[in-house]
Amino acid sequence: MSASVSREQSLDSSAVGVGLVLLAVLILAVNGAAHAVDWAFRAHAWMFVIAAFAGIAGLWLWHEDSWGRPRFDATEYEDGIIKAGIAATMFWGIAGFTVGLLIALQLTWPNLFYFPDLGWTNFGRLRPLHTSAVIFAFGGNALIATSFYVVQRTCRTRLAGGIWPWFVFWGYQLFIVIAGTGYLMGVTQSKEYAEPEWYADIWLTIVWVAYLAVFMATILRRKEPHIYVANWFYLAFIVTIALLHVVNNISLPASLAGAKSYAASSGVQSALIQWWYGHNAVGFFLTAGFLAMVYYFIPKRVERPVWSYRLSIVHFWSLIFIYIWAGPHHLHYTALPQWAQTLGMTFSIMLWMPSWGGMINGLMTLSGAWDKLRTDPVVRMLVVSVAFYGMATFEGPAMSIREVNALSHYTDWGIGHVHSGALGWVGFVTFGAMYCLTQWLWKREKLYSNAMVEWHFWIATIGIVLYITSMWVSGIMEGLMWRAYNEFGFLEYSFVETVSAKHISYIIRALGGGLYLSGALIMIYNLVRTARGDVPADERKRIPAAPVLQPAE
Amino acid sequence: MTGPSPEIDTHSGIETTGHEWDGIKELNNPLPRWWLFIFWATVAVAIVYWVLMPAWPALPGLQGNTTGVWGQSDRADVAADTAAMQAERATLSAKLASRDATSILQDHELSQLALSLGESAFGDNCATCHGAGGRGAKGYPRLADDVWLWGGSLDEIEQTIRVGIRSGHTETRLSEMPAFGRDEFLTAGQITDLVELVTSVSGRDADAAATARARPIFEEQCSSCHGVDAHGDRSKGVPNLTDADWLYGGDRETIHRTIYGPRYGVMPAWSERLDPAKVRALAIYVHSLGGGE
Repeated sequence: MSASVSREQSLDSSAVGVGLVLLAVLILAVNGAAHAVDWAFRAHAWMFVIAAFAGIAGLWLWHEDSWGRPRFDATEYEDGIIKAGIAATMFWGIAGFTVGLLIALQLTWPNLFYFPDLGWTNFGRLRPLHTSAVIFAFGGNALIATSFYVVQRTCRTRLAGGIWPWFVFWGYQLFIVIAGTGYLMGVTQSKEYAEPEWYADIWLTIVWVAYLAVFMATILRRKEPHIYVANWFYLAFIVTIALLHVVNNISLPASLAGAKSYAASSGVQSALIQWWYGHNAVGFFLTAGFLAMVYYFIPKRVERPVWSYRLSIVHFWSLIFIYIWAGPHHLHYTALPQWAQTLGMTFSIMLWMPSWGGMINGLMTLSGAWDKLRTDPVVRMLVVSVAFYGMATFEGPAMSIREVNALSHYTDWGIGHVHSGALGWVGFVTFGAMYCLTQWLWKREKLYSNAMVEWHFWIATIGIVLYITSMWVSGIMEGLMWRAYNEFGFLEYSFVETVSAKHISYIIRALGGGLYLSGALIMIYNLVRTARGDVPADERKRIPAAPVLQPAE
Repeated sequence: MTGPSPEIDTHSGIETTGHEWDGIKELNNPLPRWWLFIFWATVAVAIVYWVLMPAWPALPGLQGNTTGVWGQSDRADVAADTAAMQAERATLSAKLASRDATSILQDHELSQLALSLGESAFGDNCATCHGAGGRGAKGYPRLADDVWLWGGSLDEIEQTIRVGIRSGHTETRLSEMPAFGRDEFLTAGQITDLVELVTSVSGRDADAAATARARPIFEEQCSSCHGVDAHGDRSKGVPNLTDADWLYGGDRETIHRTIYGPRYGVMPAWSERLDPAKVRALAIYVHSLGGGE
């Protein structure tokens, strides 16, 4: 004990490390603010100044407060950060869904939702705000929170790195704010899903390396002989995203005090690197990371063993190996050499079964506990998410076939495909995990209301069905209209006619998105009441009241 | 590793791997046969496709790639298709360009061809401003009615499309109403009175006193172009003020804005962008929209 007490009275080394990073950021950001060559960069430099200052102040206060007391109790899991992660996930989720609904309405009624005096509400600014908010803010926070939870439980050890995990959490939120406000100010490097400019990219790289270090260090000090399958998937996700992010964002800033940069690659090379990045962001961020959630939360929630260890190994390695090749299918019939298109397509086809391995293991883990589908709506949410995963990972290889892609590419079919994965798979597995985590971390016997989970489940499911069917209809319709020729060999439809033909589909899509958002709002209410430990009024009545003492007569 | 030894799962009768993490165990089920079969089938499909189609790049330092047994090439296909289409278009264009619009309309087959080409070209080039079907928008004339600024005959329409309006083309259609307010030809009061007059000549209630005051101003400043009866003059692109059709709007505020300082909208000279056959086809199509004369 004496050793640990003496350590607590000295400076905490992780706090010193984080403090130095923040100090460096503070100095650079003050310089950036002083010499900024454009107003957006100045605004962002000030945000970094404020964040670094707040970080240092917070760190100092925490350090003083914990003086002489155990700062990191190695006998306990670090759960505070996961609670914060649940809050961040749900907050950004609502933000991302709301912006999504807004841009869906802009596409449906462009005159009604057009605000010429507010340039930042333009569709071009809000669209990346929506995609980044749902993928990186909602999805990313869900991944960080669940990975920190799962790695501790399955390694039976506290998170490594002292205060570093908190640096990862807050550093990631700062990246989201810089990226999002950048889009609204028009700061973009025009790469889909990689829009943030060079300084935001550098910051994310620092945060991500810290994330990788924390995760690896925790695995290295595990008290289990083997590494659990969920952790393989988390690790593949973290390592590959680091690689993709760095390579796709190599660029030369026009000024070290300005927001604009120029990409290192150009032309078709740039396009290929971009879609190598873009496709594997789907593969490793939105697939591998969320499969890790499936591998922990489904067996845990249904209390059944994972169905096949062997399948988990084989589909993990085949998924990792094949996914990385599939990106060129985003560039069919373009300037990309045809041989590269062929490889992109064929590797996408071979990806079908490796993807389905995760679905099979997720679904079959329920064998022996199928009744829970009826009794536990959270299980139903997790299982339906795996079903949507199976559907999207079949549709994806199909759409990668060049002849199919000739019809589907650039149409709303692509939007529908992405959303069956995003709303059905990523959204539902995240919702399921968040319901589980809230109940478990706040140590509640059950959620505040299972009925509300049922409502959430059905409202969101109907929303997804409306969304993807309307996009199938409009996508295939516009694809056919674009390629329709009349008897004299002239195009049958002008572009504007194909746009106006989609109006009804767009109304249905916006309705679907609105339902999905409503379901998430019900969820937040339910989670807050669960965390507070509230019990519904009708259940309170059923608990027999304690006998009341009557005064003697 | 000295983990716990494998045990048998009571529900399925399958052996576990003997590992346990946070209460989670793993069954040791074999790979599903159908899963493995389909996986190898997709691999086979990929290999066959690689043999047939362009697939693998040459080793580093060497040029080229495998071209496949079929020798298929998107670029060669596109070049052939484009050449075939251009050859076909050339014959059609020659037919359309060599005959005037009136005689094209008398030939059933040729008129159908012209309308078809015109509709397609209209969607790509004109609908952006004039709207689908030529329904028009504020500042962009409706082409589907019989109100014409520069004339609605086949030849007049074709001429307008060919040279444009205020386009910079040497023969461009050009009309410029003076900016009576901005350039201080008229006082603010005179313009307000003129607005009442224009309102009244298009058949609406207006301030009678102001209209009377504006009458001599109109005759002095406006009638030389718009005509004494305000019916306009197509030869100069001057709009008729007595009808209910307005390019920018017929409410008092918009009329005031027009008299104060006109907008001088521009239409490009399409002869600089489209071949003569397409311009002729466009004229025939626009003529057919409802107001052709």
